[in-house]
Amino acid sequence: MKRLLILSTALTGLAVSAQASDLTVMSWGGAYGAAQTEAHVKPFAAKTGIATVMVDSDNPATPIKAAVEAGNVTTDVASVEYADAVRLCDEGLLEPIDINALPPGADGTPASEDFLPGAVTECGVSTDIWAQVYAYDTTKFPEGAAPTTVADFFDLKKFPGKRGMRKGAKTMLEMALMADGVPPAEVYATLSTPEGVDRAFAKLDTIKDQVVWWEAGAQPPQLLADGEVVMTSAYNGRIFNAAVGEGKPFKIVWDGQIYENEMYVIPKGAPNKDKALEFIKFATSTEGLQAQAQQISYGPARKSANATEIIYKDGKTVMGPNLPTAPENMANALESSFEFWVDKDAELNERFNAWLASN
Amino acid sequence: MALTARNDAFVAFDGVQKSYDGETLVVKDLNLHIAKGEFLTMLGPSGSGKTTCLMMLAGFETATNGEIRLDGRPINQVPPHKRGIGMVFQNYALFPHMTVGENLSFPLEVRGMGKEERQTRIARALDMVQMGAFAARRPAQLSGGQQQRVALARALVFDPELVLMDEPLGALDKQLREHMQFEIKHLHESLGITVVYVTHDQGEALTMSDRIAVFNDGRIQQLAPPSDLYERPDNSFVAGFIGENNRLTGTVEDIAGGRALVRLATGELIDATPVNVSRKGQPTLVSIRPERVEYKPEALPEGAHTLDAEVLEFIYMGDIFRTRLRVAGSEDFVIKSRNTAGQRMLRPGEKIRIGWAPQDARALDPA
Amino acid sequence: MPADPFVTAPPALLTTSDGRPLKAALAQAQGRARRRAFLLVAPLLAFVIFTFVLPIAQMLQRSVYHDGFSANAPAVRAWFAATVPGTPPDETAFAALAQDFRQMKADKTAGLAGTRVNYTLPESRSLFTATARKADDLAPPYRDAFLAISAKWASPAVWQAMRSAASPYTSDFYLIATDFERADDGTPRRVQENQRIYVYLFVKTFVLSGVITLLCLLLAFPVAHLLATLPMARANLLMILVLLPFWTSLLVRTSSWIVMLQGQGVVNDLLVATGVVDDQNRLEMMYNQLGTIIVMTHILLPFMILPLYSVMKVIPPSYARAARSLGATSWTTFRRIYLPQTLPGIGAGAILVFILAVGYYITPALVGGADGQLISNLIDFHMDKSNWSLAAALSAMLLAGVLVIYWLYDRLVGIDNLKFG
Repeated sequence: MKRLLILSTALTGLAVSAQASDLTVMSWGGAYGAAQTEAHVKPFAAKTGIATVMVDSDNPATPIKAAVEAGNVTTDVASVEYADAVRLCDEGLLEPIDINALPPGADGTPASEDFLPGAVTECGVSTDIWAQVYAYDTTKFPEGAAPTTVADFFDLKKFPGKRGMRKGAKTMLEMALMADGVPPAEVYATLSTPEGVDRAFAKLDTIKDQVVWWEAGAQPPQLLADGEVVMTSAYNGRIFNAAVGEGKPFKIVWDGQIYENEMYVIPKGAPNKDKALEFIKFATSTEGLQAQAQQISYGPARKSANATEIIYKDGKTVMGPNLPTAPENMANALESSFEFWVDKDAELNERFNAWLASN
Repeated sequence: MALTARNDAFVAFDGVQKSYDGETLVVKDLNLHIAKGEFLTMLGPSGSGKTTCLMMLAGFETATNGEIRLDGRPINQVPPHKRGIGMVFQNYALFPHMTVGENLSFPLEVRGMGKEERQTRIARALDMVQMGAFAARRPAQLSGGQQQRVALARALVFDPELVLMDEPLGALDKQLREHMQFEIKHLHESLGITVVYVTHDQGEALTMSDRIAVFNDGRIQQLAPPSDLYERPDNSFVAGFIGENNRLTGTVEDIAGGRALVRLATGELIDATPVNVSRKGQPTLVSIRPERVEYKPEALPEGAHTLDAEVLEFIYMGDIFRTRLRVAGSEDFVIKSRNTAGQRMLRPGEKIRIGWAPQDARALDPA
Repeated sequence: MPADPFVTAPPALLTTSDGRPLKAALAQAQGRARRRAFLLVAPLLAFVIFTFVLPIAQMLQRSVYHDGFSANAPAVRAWFAATVPGTPPDETAFAALAQDFRQMKADKTAGLAGTRVNYTLPESRSLFTATARKADDLAPPYRDAFLAISAKWASPAVWQAMRSAASPYTSDFYLIATDFERADDGTPRRVQENQRIYVYLFVKTFVLSGVITLLCLLLAFPVAHLLATLPMARANLLMILVLLPFWTSLLVRTSSWIVMLQGQGVVNDLLVATGVVDDQNRLEMMYNQLGTIIVMTHILLPFMILPLYSVMKVIPPSYARAARSLGATSWTTFRRIYLPQTLPGIGAGAILVFILAVGYYITPALVGGADGQLISNLIDFHMDKSNWSLAAALSAMLLAGVLVIYWLYDRLVGIDNLKFG
């Protein structure tokens, strides 16, 4: 049976591999994929002469399991969420990456000290730190009457109008608890108890009939632009791109942000493993991380990359205050817990789906 | 047959015209009166307007102009289901999802008839067409002839006074067709119903009808009993359409006392009865039935003109002989003779003289 | 009239002129033609087996098979095999576990084993990964060593979950897919009410699909009738209009419906502009169940029109005329003559639309919002989460549901009474 799966997957893979180049990087598409293309893929190809292509996926972690099991890996480098990087690594689906092989910071600090804590795991290296925040349409809420806290997102009286939320338990439950007054440090402890989960869902209940649920990262800015919602949870980079890049009247509320590392990983059995490692070394060097931060407002995971001011590609916007890692944005912030979510993902999502489907 | 007086006509078309596209008329000024109990056939080639007339009578087409009356009552505005006319379709139109019995029950049910009476009538109608044993079958399980009988029974089961038949035997083989012709004729006679029958088969029309209306080009070309139609066609279309005939073109040389002398293009003179010609010098087409042509001089009437002919082909057909001749420049002149005792078989190449009684040759429009 | 055609004569063995049995001769004569016919369909057969039969078989197998734990914990598996269910773990059990953990750490498979146990007992995965990290430090007495890492190792629930996962063949995924879980002693029980989702979604999926099928039928019937009765040239034009959506990408069609129906969409703007609704009370036609129904009805409409059309086209108009001439009103004619004859088309269209609707996923995902989700969206969700076995169990149940519908249809209407085109 497994052989047959391998055979049939290999056959369908032929079409892909026929046009394969020296190195294939898979990322999330949209503004994020474009940023990595500009900051990493093109300069790497120009520098090394290795033909490198970027392919898009809704979630690059999803195809890895199928590809590795079928022995038909066509992706050399994938950009995945932190929890997925840990989970896939635990399941033996990724190549380990030695932190000592990574280049030292621009100031000479060894990689093991230059990276922020947790930014390098057994199989993955952080490309950036992104955050789940919420943003609103400034034309709907004028200065002074605008939402400023995560609790305001759930306040339909003061801030009436539709909300956009990610369709999934992860981050939404944390957001609900923080809005209900749970300090970030206690969020996961609270969520580990049945009462805590009930409390989170009770908070979500208060706005349920006003929520438009989104799935793809590109949707929230679109929902805001269409006037379908007045505020929405979103990835901060997408809002930044719409607001600064396209001049949309959107503003991010950093209170209650949930941040997480995004990781480059190498699927087990990648066809160009050595080149893939070269690519990751290049992309996660101080310069590589800074180059990406010039494209999109996700924070570099190296201390050395944060040492100097980064200017957005428009040549004037200073990135610092727009990054999740900026001190003023970290006042009430929560680091997403991968340990919690690999354990509770199935259970809480089942509960979430049941909650969503019930009226 | 004299036309039935206007007021006692059972079915009447008065000045009826029909156009589908507003540009051409499919039926041009139709006037036709049908008597009660009559078997009238509308005969004509396809596209002649005969089926359109039938559909207007049934109510599936509306007349563009003119009036159609049934039993003295104008029916132009009456929907088909209120006309009470039985109809038999070319493809039988038996409802495939119902049994034979249910098919016959349908017209009775929609008339709100009780179950017992329905059963009696269905049994009677099926017996009438010798299909009594088939009530539980589905149409698809019946042969073409059987389906035709059921269709007939269904059209008759609710006792309509008028039954329309649209080429009902067209899909049957020759033998069955001839058999059914007699059955339909027999039913018509025994039930005393009025039948309007549409066909393009002249044999069928001649066999069954009281009167035949020959249609062409949206008009009735001739309305007459079968024998008149065959023996005394009014124009060259009818002559050509009904039965086989020989045609000779020429000019009227002399006309007097119900006799005409026609000079053929090749110069010979022949006798004919003037029908559509009235004066000298008119072009004409002379029509002679093959069985009326004589080649034995002793059988010809006194003083009849004769023509030289050469035998081209002789076909032995059992009961008759069919001989093709070259006559007056034409190579498809046909004569038929009965295979009576002592009848001589002509041989190709043989030279003979042919002639006919003047009343058997009709001088018609040159068409 | 006809004589009984089945004249009963004693069956004599017929032979050909050269003395072979007739049946054998016939089989030989036809064998060649049959072999050639088989060769012609062989490529399709192979294709179908490779792309349809095998994947489905594999899906069914996955729904009852997961060796993530059993393959990586052979020692504990042996201990489970030697003891009866409910046996409290003794020192030998912990020793076996320690042996397995050392191997798992070396093979990097603790996550895989933990994932499997996690399906049966949530929060077990981190227990496994955390223990594996310290596997090299495990020393006798093992029970205390394990309890030092986590007190959970004393929990009977953990051991019950491992016992359940020790066999690669399991009904756990079907339990989960029907809103059941295993109690500590291994007996199935329904999950808490606020976590029941699958049965509800199955029912909802089938009900919604039924509604969509009915709407499609109501909308398609007049269109198909018009198509079947219009003159050829105009019918062709109309047919192109019917097929046009077919040639447009599904995503494009779905997105254009979003543009049409959303709160600030074309329809609402029009209604507000004409004063039918005021700006505060715009209709909610998108991102909910209503949106799913509207868009899926539109997308699946051609699948209803085409079989209906193909059936209606061959119903001669003379049936209706015959009925009318027999005295039936137009309504009676429709009800008793026309409608029954379109049944094969209605059946084919309804089955086609229903089965497509039951498995539809992109459209509800895009326009369904919270309450317009169907079971296929959850299947996709579990595929995304790499829980293939649960996705397979749900798919298998969906497949079974469709087969039941098919069987019911066969019983009620008859499968030979279908006409797809």
